[in-house]
Amino acid sequence: MLTFEASERSESLAAFLEADLQKDLLRFTTAGSVDDGKSTLIGRLLHDAKAVYEDHVASVQKSKINRSGGSFDFSLLTDGLRAEREQGITIDVAYRYFSTARRKFIIADTPGHEQYTRNMATGASTADLAIILVDATKGLLTQTHRHAYIASLLGIRCAVAAINKMDLVDYREEVFARLHRDFFALASRLGIPSVQCIPISALAGDNVVRRASGNMPWYSGPTLLGHLETVDFRQTRSLDAVRFPIQYVIRPDLRFRGFAGQLASGTLRSGDALVALPSGQETRVKAIVNFDGDCEEAFAPQSITVQLENEIDLSRGDMLVSPSYQPAVSRSFSATVVWLHADPLRVGKTLLLKQTTRLVKAHVRRIRHRINVNTLQHEPAKQLEMNGIAEVEVETNQPLFLDPYAASRATGSLILIDPVSNATVGAGMVRETIVATAINQKEGHFPSLVTELGEVTAEQRQRRHGHKPGVLLLGDRRPLAKSLEQALFRNGFEVVILDASSLAPAMLCTLLGSLYGSGLLVLCTNASLGPQDLAELPSEAIFRLSDAISTGTPNAGTDKRVTQYALAFADKLRLSPKSDPARRES
Amino acid sequence: MTQAAPLADETLTPGVRGGAPSSGLERRLDHLASLEAESIHILREAAAEFSNPVMLYSIGKDSSVMLRLAQKAFYPGKIPFPLLHIDTSYKFPEMIEFRDSYTGEIGAELIVHQNREALEQGANPFVLGTQRCCGLLKTAALLDALAAGGFNAAFGGARRDEEKSRAKERIYSFRDSHGQWDPKNQRPELWNLFNSRIEKSESIRVFPLSNWTELDVWLYIHEENIPIVPLYYARERQAVVRNGSIVLIYSPDELLPGEKVQWIKCRMRSLGCVPCTGAIRSEADTVPKIIEEMISFRRSERENRAIDHDEEGSMELKKREGYF
Repeated sequence: MLTFEASERSESLAAFLEADLQKDLLRFTTAGSVDDGKSTLIGRLLHDAKAVYEDHVASVQKSKINRSGGSFDFSLLTDGLRAEREQGITIDVAYRYFSTARRKFIIADTPGHEQYTRNMATGASTADLAIILVDATKGLLTQTHRHAYIASLLGIRCAVAAINKMDLVDYREEVFARLHRDFFALASRLGIPSVQCIPISALAGDNVVRRASGNMPWYSGPTLLGHLETVDFRQTRSLDAVRFPIQYVIRPDLRFRGFAGQLASGTLRSGDALVALPSGQETRVKAIVNFDGDCEEAFAPQSITVQLENEIDLSRGDMLVSPSYQPAVSRSFSATVVWLHADPLRVGKTLLLKQTTRLVKAHVRRIRHRINVNTLQHEPAKQLEMNGIAEVEVETNQPLFLDPYAASRATGSLILIDPVSNATVGAGMVRETIVATAINQKEGHFPSLVTELGEVTAEQRQRRHGHKPGVLLLGDRRPLAKSLEQALFRNGFEVVILDASSLAPAMLCTLLGSLYGSGLLVLCTNASLGPQDLAELPSEAIFRLSDAISTGTPNAGTDKRVTQYALAFADKLRLSPKSDPARRES
Repeated sequence: MTQAAPLADETLTPGVRGGAPSSGLERRLDHLASLEAESIHILREAAAEFSNPVMLYSIGKDSSVMLRLAQKAFYPGKIPFPLLHIDTSYKFPEMIEFRDSYTGEIGAELIVHQNREALEQGANPFVLGTQRCCGLLKTAALLDALAAGGFNAAFGGARRDEEKSRAKERIYSFRDSHGQWDPKNQRPELWNLFNSRIEKSESIRVFPLSNWTELDVWLYIHEENIPIVPLYYARERQAVVRNGSIVLIYSPDELLPGEKVQWIKCRMRSLGCVPCTGAIRSEADTVPKIIEEMISFRRSERENRAIDHDEEGSMELKKREGYF
């Protein structure tokens, strides 16, 4: 690890500090099943890299347990919890830290038993590289496929197959060559771009940190640690555009208003133009404010504070983005979901969804298919059990600002929370928004109900129409909608019918937003909108057939009665009911 | 086989912690910048999502780093939550002095809490043993203070590399209404998306330094010139050697029968209570020298704390009860 001779003292100390401060940080995860010798491998890696404290080694030597069959049980260096030591298994993701002269490392050590998928997904979610253990005596197993699949699903682009227990196959080259070929085929099928296979013996320490030239003279590649120290794990940038989710508004006094958050993607400089979502307002970066002085430039994933040039409406959960390439703004999208909880995922159940700094209500509208993690086959499914993976359609009550997970981990990832138990029940990776968002992108507007679409202001429209816009929700009463249209039109209202039966929710919201934004009265039929969906609109602008019927008046639901109620509702939307009688037809 | 050359093209831009641009590829932060960005994200997220957070301030080096990160997270605003120090009354006098002057200097709100009842009944480690003494003066006092303040989130400076049971601790660690931790029933934690949903009387312990190592903490203190309690620096101090560890002596009453004070050049690797935290012999009187000593020592820092060694898994047991 960090070798440092006292004789080299102060000069080399300064050099050491200089060098150490420039090291980068590689986060990797390890995948392997119970008998693959994963704990032994990590124990060996830490021990041989001199990253284990002497007193920890001493406490392992003192321990009554030794399952290794060798003189020293390396796996005990990593097994943390009492229950694990008692049962001889690793039950939860554990994080380990070590450092060499070249790099710092964080290992997300994920246990390999029945809750595997959940744990590995957790460990992989923050990792850049995955070590997948393969038992040389057994070859690529079902679980190897599962491990590689989960790694690729969570967006890991560097995979290392550690072909372990080479000592048990007499260090034969042909065994390694066959597994090497098999693993490359698997990785290329899954689209993992960077792959390395290394023959090792964790128990004997061959090719982990020390080279095993005596046992495997035929292998000329790097040792496991050598590879970890040198692999270029930077991802090819697939998203250059700025995504800056607003996390916290800093407002120490009236003169300063700073927007704080972690830059999810892109580079930000003072003077850069940005668009605020969901408002669509345009702005510019005035300064990037820092404790150590303002800085000219910031890039993802730095945590920064930004001052803007103009006063715009912006708070936690909103997002500042590049005007030229904006995320999809949608309430409906498909995602691959990993289910984490013992109570299965059920279609239609209300959940909370957290994505960037936004927390919204959501439900899964449909399970397209479950993915069998062992065969990668698609299977039909009505619900999703713990450790299951499925492609689903999600609907939210508020729009999200989304990129596909493949392009951006930070804006394409989400967690699902049970609103009753508060448990984190699922993790999702966005695939695509369901309604084509190309129109929104081009026009620069979003299915937010209150966004102004063009240059004409709401006031200008209201002055022309003589009334404010409104929405009348008429359930499935299409004939009623037609008669109401005539009645309202006769009474001087600009009115239009919108039938929602064939529209996806996001499209309905887009259309409803456009029509409402144009100042019209919208007669909407067959829309399944909850109270939340119209929360952005003033309550006096919404008329619900259901409310009219529930007044309890006899014959409340007849066309005649509803028409009376609707006209009374519309009259209240007039700018000044009495002042402009000319617009009324008598 | 994709095996790229070492990162030879990466140089550092002066003044800005981070990597230089390289076309087409992501830019990487250096490790401290990466940890700093993550920690500030955690601090802001919890401050935004919890109605009443508090920061556990232990006065030690990790707390000092956490405090600096909080200053950065909310700059130019003040830290938007109070600091809470659980004072066992057995802390080193230098710690208390440092606590009061430093928190005053940076304008942080400080709450000091003691388990007065236990102290009045004479609780001390010699009579009770470390386990029970810690239970009363730290764990019980902490839970009382959290309840008294109605705090539903508490930041702590614990790091996962400190001790084996901490390796599995979440960044947001859920505690039931008794402040207890259930290691087998933790919420999964993916990406940087934290679940802050709790019921009344439940709480979350938030650990912004989870992914820092002891060396990272020292490097950051060095880089950022963060003030720390002088006890971390080696000096001639009055002490005795008790059960193999060096115990600082502040008054003759602290001597056990037969003990004699001597001058020892020593320093503290971690700060706890006077009777239970041993010093180490050291010449390291600057931060770089401390770092140098650290990397040549290779012994874990908690070794000098009596409580972790009482029995195998003792830290896990304490944590389950609500200890940090």
